[in-house]
Amino acid sequence: MSSPYRNPEQWTVVARLRPIALAAVLAVAANNAGAQQDTAPSAGRGPNEVSVTSLFPNGATPPRPPDAIGGRFEGNKLAIADGELLFGQMNCTGCHFNGGGGMGPALMSGHWRYGGRIEQIYESIAQGRPNGMPSWQFVLGPTQIWDLAAYAKSLSVPAPSAASQTAAPDTSVKP
Amino acid sequence: MPAKNYAATRFSALDEINGANVSNLQVAFAFSTGVDHGQEAAPIVANNTMFIVTPYPNIVFALDLTKPGAPIKWSYQPHPAAASQGVACCDVVNRGATYSDGKLFFNTLDDNTIALDAETGKVIWKTKLGDINTGETITMAPLVVKGKVLVGDSGGELGVRGWLTALDVATGKILWRAYATGPDRDVLIGPGFHSFYPSDNGADLGVTTWPGDAWRTGGGTMWGWIAYDPDLNLIYYGTGNPGPWNQEQRPGDNKWTTTLFARDPDTGEAKWALQYNPHDEHDYDGINEQILVDMNVDGKPRKVLLHPDRNGHLYVVDRESGEIISANPYGYVNSVLGIDLKTGRPVMNPDKLTRVGVVVHDICPTASGLKDWNPSAFSPLTGLMYIPHENLCMDWKSRSVSYIAGTPFVGAEVVSKAGPGGNRGEFTAWDPVERKAVWTIKEDLPLWSGAMATAGGLVFYGTMDGWFKAVDAKTGELKWQFKTGSGIIGQPVAYRGPDGHEYVAILSGVGGWAGAIVAGDLDPRDPTGALGMIGVMADLKTKTAAGGTLYVFALPKS
Repeated sequence: MSSPYRNPEQWTVVARLRPIALAAVLAVAANNAGAQQDTAPSAGRGPNEVSVTSLFPNGATPPRPPDAIGGRFEGNKLAIADGELLFGQMNCTGCHFNGGGGMGPALMSGHWRYGGRIEQIYESIAQGRPNGMPSWQFVLGPTQIWDLAAYAKSLSVPAPSAASQTAAPDTSVKP
Repeated sequence: MPAKNYAATRFSALDEINGANVSNLQVAFAFSTGVDHGQEAAPIVANNTMFIVTPYPNIVFALDLTKPGAPIKWSYQPHPAAASQGVACCDVVNRGATYSDGKLFFNTLDDNTIALDAETGKVIWKTKLGDINTGETITMAPLVVKGKVLVGDSGGELGVRGWLTALDVATGKILWRAYATGPDRDVLIGPGFHSFYPSDNGADLGVTTWPGDAWRTGGGTMWGWIAYDPDLNLIYYGTGNPGPWNQEQRPGDNKWTTTLFARDPDTGEAKWALQYNPHDEHDYDGINEQILVDMNVDGKPRKVLLHPDRNGHLYVVDRESGEIISANPYGYVNSVLGIDLKTGRPVMNPDKLTRVGVVVHDICPTASGLKDWNPSAFSPLTGLMYIPHENLCMDWKSRSVSYIAGTPFVGAEVVSKAGPGGNRGEFTAWDPVERKAVWTIKEDLPLWSGAMATAGGLVFYGTMDGWFKAVDAKTGELKWQFKTGSGIIGQPVAYRGPDGHEYVAILSGVGGWAGAIVAGDLDPRDPTGALGMIGVMADLKTKTAAGGTLYVFALPKS
C-alpha cells in the first residue's frame, strides 16, 4: 500500500506517540468492509471537496451527499476511542479541553463554526482554519483524522439552554 | 506608559475628583472599539490625544481630546496574522501602548513591535520579533527606557522560550535580547552578576537546572510589567511559568522561569536574579508588577520593590541587592507554607505538590495565582498598595505531554473553584511596612482589572460584571460606581484634559483568561476548559456579555 502520510518524515513522530495506531494504519488496507460497531473502520483518503456553508447561489450547486467514508466513522466506538487517545496525544486538549474549549472553540456546544458534519470536521482538522486551527494533514493520516473527527463529533451534546449556563455544583477533575 | 511612571505606582497626582464630589462623576464620552474581546489595555494620553490598542486585530485609535466628543484623529490597522489567535493562551488580549517623544509603540499578537508617528499614525518602523509557528505571541505593553523599546514574548503554555528584547526607538533595530533559559551568554549573565541567594548563582543554571534540552521549550516568557530605577540604572521584570505544567517532565529548579531579573538597560546584562518559584508546580508565573518605592524598614530607609506574586505572597525586595526583606500572604494560600528568607525559596506544602495520575484537591491559590497580571497601585499619600486579586483554588491532575511546536505544551488537567468564603475576588489595601492588609473588599467575581490611585483620595477598579468603582483610599468605602456595557478587565487611568479638568478613563470589555468563557463563547459544562478557568467562571455568561467600549468620566461642568 502507499503511505497514507503525505509527509513521510512524520512517520517517526506518530510512531513514537502511538504505536498501536500505527499498527492499525499498516493493517488497514484490506478492511473497508462495513460500518459494524466492533470493527475499526479505515480510510485511504479524505474528502476533497467539503462545503462549509449552507448558501448555494442561484440554486446551482446542491450540497454534496454525506461522505460514505465519514459515515463509517461517525458514532463508531472504536474510532471514537482511538480519536480520544489522539486528541490527547496531539495536544488538541490544550486548546479544546474536554469539549468546552479555551484557546480553541468549544466542541460540545453544538455550534460549529465551519460545519458540524463529520466530513466538515475532517476537513477542518486536515486543512486547518484561518483563525488559529492548525492544519494536521501533513502530520496525521486520513484514518487518524477520521478518528479525531469522530471523537470531536461525539463531544457535541446539545443541552437545554438553562443547563448550558452553569456547570454542575462541586465539579472536579475526574478522580 | 500604562503604569503612569517608571516606578509603576499607577498613582495620579490629580485631585479635582475626590471623595466629596466623586458621587457626581458622569460619562463625558464613550467610544466603541468595535472589537469584542478582552480589553486589557490602558488608555494612554499625550499631547491632548488618547491612544488605545484593541485586542486582536490590534487596532490603534487616536482620539482628539481637544474636540467635543473626542473624535477619531487617526486609526491604524496592523492586520496581524489571523492564525495568531490560535496560539494565544488566554484570549487575544493586548495590554496597551506606550508613548515616548512623539512616537507610539505597541505590539501585535503575531509578534511585531510597531512604532507610529503619534501625530499622524504613520508607521515609522515595524520589527518582527517572533514566530507564531513556535507558539509565540506578544501581548504585553512595551516600555521605553533610555532610547530603547523593551518587549517580551508570550506563550508559556506552548513551550515558548521566553525573552526580553530591546529595540532602538529610532530604527526598531534589535539591540539586545535576554533569554530566560539557556546558557549564560543567552541569558546575558556575565561577570557582573551577583544574586543575593546562593541558589541563584552558578554557571549556566539556565541549562543545568533542566533535564537535557528541556530548557529550549521551557517557557519563562515575559508578558507582564517592567519597572525602571533611573538612579540605579536597573530595569526590573519577572519571567513566566516553566513548561510544561507537568513538573515530572522537568526535574530541577528550571531557571530562569518565575524569576525577578534586575538588568542594565543599556546592555541587557543581568545584575542579579531572584527565582520566586524554583521548579514551579502550579503555574505561578512571576510576571506580576513590581512597584518601586523607598520606605523605612526597621527604621532605615531602603530602596525596595513591591511584588504581589502569583504564589500569594507580597514580596518586599531590596532593589539594589535582590534580598527579600519580607514576604507575606495577602490572601488565602495553602500551597506555599512561607518564604524562607535565608534561602529566598518558598517552603512548599507537600500535600499540594502535583504528580502524574493523581488528583490533588484544593490547591490555593489556583493556577492564575492569588493575583494575575492586573496591576496594583501605590499611593504615597496613604503608603498603601491597592491589590486587585483573586480568591480561587484548584484541583490538579498532571499527565504526560509531548512537545509539538505550535500546540499547547501543558500536561495538566485543572479545575478552578472559589476559595474560602466563596467570594472569587478581593480588593486588598496592603501596608507594606506593617506587612498586613488594612482593609479588604470582597467581590463575587475574580478581579481581573488593574487599580489606580489618585491624590483625590480615591482608588479605582472594575469588576468582571461591568461595575467601575471608586473607593476611599483610606477606608475602602464605596464612593461611586457605574455599570459599563461589559465586564471590566482593563487598566484605569486619570488625566488632565485640554480644558484643565481631571478625567478618568477605563476600557470595558470582558475576556482574558478569566473571561475567556464569554469572549471565546466557551461551553460552561466543561469545568476543565480554558485551563480550568471554566470550572469557576461557568456563570459569567449569565452576568455579562462581550464588549469593547472606552468610557471616560468627569465631573459635571459647573
